[in-house]
Amino acid sequence: MMPRPIYLDYSATTPVDPRVLAKMIPWLSENFGNPASRSHAYGWAAEEAVEIAREQVASLIGADPREIVWTSGATESNNLAIKGAARFHSARGKHLITVKTEHKSVLDTCRELERDGFEITWLDVQENGLIDFDVFAAAIRPDTILASVMLVNNEIGVIQDIARLGTLCREKGVIFHVDAAQATGKVAIDLASLPVDMMSLSAHKTYGPKGIGALYVSRKPRVRIDALIHGGGHERGMRSGTLPTHQIVGMGEAYWIARENMGADNERARWLRDRLMQGLMKLDQVFVNGDMDQRVPHNLNLSFNFVEGESLLMGIKDVAVSSGSACTSASLEPSYVLRALGRSDELAHSSIRFSIGRFTTQDEIDAVIEKISASVSKLRELSPLWDMHRDGIDLSTVQWAAH
Amino acid sequence: MAYSDKVLDHYDNPRNVGSMSAGDDDVGTGMVGAPACGDVMKLQIKVNAEGIIEDAKFKTYGCGSAIASSSLVTEWVKGKSLAEALEIKNTAIAEELALPPVKIHCSILAEDAIKAAVADYRAKQGFVEETESGACPAVVVEKAAA
Repeated sequence: MMPRPIYLDYSATTPVDPRVLAKMIPWLSENFGNPASRSHAYGWAAEEAVEIAREQVASLIGADPREIVWTSGATESNNLAIKGAARFHSARGKHLITVKTEHKSVLDTCRELERDGFEITWLDVQENGLIDFDVFAAAIRPDTILASVMLVNNEIGVIQDIARLGTLCREKGVIFHVDAAQATGKVAIDLASLPVDMMSLSAHKTYGPKGIGALYVSRKPRVRIDALIHGGGHERGMRSGTLPTHQIVGMGEAYWIARENMGADNERARWLRDRLMQGLMKLDQVFVNGDMDQRVPHNLNLSFNFVEGESLLMGIKDVAVSSGSACTSASLEPSYVLRALGRSDELAHSSIRFSIGRFTTQDEIDAVIEKISASVSKLRELSPLWDMHRDGIDLSTVQWAAH
Repeated sequence: MAYSDKVLDHYDNPRNVGSMSAGDDDVGTGMVGAPACGDVMKLQIKVNAEGIIEDAKFKTYGCGSAIASSSLVTEWVKGKSLAEALEIKNTAIAEELALPPVKIHCSILAEDAIKAAVADYRAKQGFVEETESGACPAVVVEKAAA
């Protein structure tokens, strides 16, 4: 059997931590009760487990357990926060602010609201991927009801200044939503002091199971939203549907472990990431995408100039990473995040995202450096652009025919 | 995405990689595509006195299917007359490599590279260029005036 590829795609998803899995199993078998069953012990046990998990999730982000609403994942949380708040507050205004580098579940939700008659301001970011505070401030209008900004970007790992943006939103009476799917266990979050009204959370990016997430909805100040899914009135009417006890228990345990391990996990990830970066930057014409200081420690996004991303992935079949190349997407468009940074299309086509995790080893990092270096060298020998670069031709001055 | 065995073979063992002297009269050079689109192919052919392509070389920036398409056409054009080479159609390339629909443009680019290389050779020999309808025009590579 072929050995399994080296996994450096922890920003796509993470394996369920074995400790999490062990906690989940009983809630699928002997403890199968419906947490909403109030009339017998099966229901009581399940409800207690759900409430313990709610406390565990709340404690990672410094929230009150009553501020946690279970959802199917961060995509649903983003939909619920943005559509729910926009619809509830539409009498007050119809303007929303978001950022061009947000996750598709924020961008597409906003686009849907645009079709419903809302007006959206799509903010640009700076070359390092960070929002210019003055640009954000200038976008706020009297009829702005909500701003949505991600804490950590999924492709380039940059960390936005949520505290500063949120403080301004509070002053202006704008609801502030933060997508934190990529941030939990990587960035310390204390919602008791952070001026954030709603925060989207995911379990499977933090060693929990897929199919479960949560939306933090602030009680002080109280944030009101319309529900998207109607039914039995679960989760204080904000999200109906029978609670998946085993998933919720898994998310709670995963967040509990994240809280305990965050310091050690991050220190290790940073050491491995820096080793990977030093190894790969020895190659010529390699560029880092996104700010290196305001960035989570486990993310590295590099563009290998004059090498197309998909062909690079083909050369390292035994390494699991993501590329911003058009060819790896169905749309044939290169990464919209890298384009929003002002990166040229060719550098976007040449980008690879490495994301390191709890189970990454030094041997794996060293093997990846070797494999990537060999593949880049081979593909550059094949690349007419590399020849032109070495001949001193500035590719931006060449007239290319579009096709 | 799963690649066909033939694409993988050309990617792992690309045929006829290299460059010929673009200034030589018996060499035709075709460069098609654009970096912004994610693929650029350079195909060069060496034509003997009988008008037969006796050698071909390529360099390609692009995905595995683009590399395989250009590697394949270097094999196919060798030993052919210019007219025969121009009869190679993208559909044949796509079929040979079992390209999925999303990669058909790679085979189109390879066909265009042949046309561009032949046109370059003929221009050097003093032929008047016949423009093919609908084809992607060849890339004009020139250093910008300083």
